Amino acid sequence: MRSGFPPSENSWTLPFLTGFLVGTLRIGEKPDMNIGETAELGSHVQTLDVERIRADFPILSQQVRGKPLAYFDNAATSQKPQVVIDVLSQYYQRQNANIHRGVHWLSQLATEAYERSRAVVQHFLNARESREIIFVRGATEGINLVAQSYGRDKIQSGDEILITSMEHHSNIVPWQILCEQTGAVLRVAPMNSAGELILSEYRALLGPKTKLVAVTHLSNALGTINPVHQIIDEAHSVGALVLVDGAQSVPHLHVDVQELDADFFVFSGHKIFGPTGIGILYGKGEILEAMPPYQGGGEMISSVSFTKTTYNTIPFRFEAGTPNIAGAIGLGAAIEYVNSLGIEKIAEYESELLAFGTDVLTQFPEVRIIGTAAKKASVISFVVDNVHPHDVGTILDQEGIAIRTGHHCAEPVMDFYDIPATARVSLAFYNTEDEINRLALGIEKVLKVFS
Amino acid sequence: MSLLSDLYQEVILDHNRRPRNYGELPDATSQAEGYNPLCGDKVKVYLRKDGDIIQKVAFEGTGCAISTASASIMTEVLKGKTLRQAKEIFQKFHSLVTGKTDGDPEDDDLQQLLVFHRLSEYPVRVKCATLVWHALHSALEETSKEVSTEQE
Repeated sequence: MRSGFPPSENSWTLPFLTGFLVGTLRIGEKPDMNIGETAELGSHVQTLDVERIRADFPILSQQVRGKPLAYFDNAATSQKPQVVIDVLSQYYQRQNANIHRGVHWLSQLATEAYERSRAVVQHFLNARESREIIFVRGATEGINLVAQSYGRDKIQSGDEILITSMEHHSNIVPWQILCEQTGAVLRVAPMNSAGELILSEYRALLGPKTKLVAVTHLSNALGTINPVHQIIDEAHSVGALVLVDGAQSVPHLHVDVQELDADFFVFSGHKIFGPTGIGILYGKGEILEAMPPYQGGGEMISSVSFTKTTYNTIPFRFEAGTPNIAGAIGLGAAIEYVNSLGIEKIAEYESELLAFGTDVLTQFPEVRIIGTAAKKASVISFVVDNVHPHDVGTILDQEGIAIRTGHHCAEPVMDFYDIPATARVSLAFYNTEDEINRLALGIEKVLKVFS
Repeated sequence: MSLLSDLYQEVILDHNRRPRNYGELPDATSQAEGYNPLCGDKVKVYLRKDGDIIQKVAFEGTGCAISTASASIMTEVLKGKTLRQAKEIFQKFHSLVTGKTDGDPEDDDLQQLLVFHRLSEYPVRVKCATLVWHALHSALEETSKEVSTEQE
């Protein structure tokens, strides 16, 4: 609850939020970085015009090692459209100021742009209110925030936290730390050999001791789409809250946090064509309101004296210190770019591309795909008989093809399949069938070298 | 010769296919493990020495072609060398793969190791080649530790 006195300086941000769609700039001069302008891009993508989209990403026209770049490492980080790059440089050229407490013009401009991005994210996730959107550094910080704020406040010795066996390290380690701190127990719901969560086992692990379920929406190592709606329903039936790790899902799938009834949802800006160092924690308002601060500092307080400090309302209580203002604004621009293409169209195009890529790779008897869930997106993890993934990666790199090799920060997944690592192709809407055909030629080269 | 065929020379591919001195050394006088957390590669090095002389080196583990070949070639290069020579060769090898030197083709110690000379152009792959050498270094150090343990 907002403390009555002194009145929070943050209350004045509300008029800006209501004006989000029309981009209320009260000053006569309209800055170039009006991110609403990107909506015009939507007109050219009835079905995705991939060649035109690729032209929006300057890095994609580069040559690497003398070959055109084929960038298949989108699950690690995505490339940035020119509009995001422009918004960042224009922010620093024309708008840079600290936010929320400035009476001067630039500070108000920066504040408005920052808060407008919060509203963009709110609409993107279909959150009820913008105060449910917390700017953090990335999905990792979002998870740690929930573990250390909600978790340390509510989780007690003997309570259980339930994750799945396909989680990224960032959705394992924060809970292990919390368990060490509180005496809670970490439970792991297993998956089958296709890389699908075994729902009956998940159900069996849910019980009165389960206080929190943390699950990936889309596995970065396998590409599995988890049935998060069902996972959440069942967790709620035993009174547990659910955190969804959406780091991989938001660039590829439609997300509606109200429809899912997610209690927490996190993602990283840089995986959705935005800058690094910015991400989002969504939390239900009433849950966030009841949570203690995560970090102390400026912005997160209402008033400070040496005898007593009162904390600010959400979202500001969780945004101590000067935030990544440019990053937040860049993320807003990135999401508006995605909106302009349409996430449904993106999903449809990528689904076709994933099927094509899977077909192409399975033509090779030496290639085994790791992660064959019925519902997948974006990711093709694979191993090549008698060739270590690193060697696959280095040879493909010579062809200008960027893939990731290793354990993908999911060592338990590698252990499950009894492999040290995989080669991973992860797609975005700017990838093409032509690039996948080049990948196939690259795999032929790998097989030739190691024949 | 392309960079690729230079990196994956036939010698390297051959050692990868048929690694020499692979497997546990039952009468090892010391051993050490190397682990590259970035890629999950694990290697175990066994060392049998007689006085100051390395009689035999063996290894086992999983890794890429570069790391397997590096381990395999290392076991051959170090056989019969003194502990001090082994450390010197590691230094020379390290300088070679990190691009600090081109490697002297006349240097007998480096003869077999020169196949890795293009590795410096792939900085992320350098650790693949040096992992087993670092493990060997630990094994060499462990020998002295064993001595000190016995003294206690």
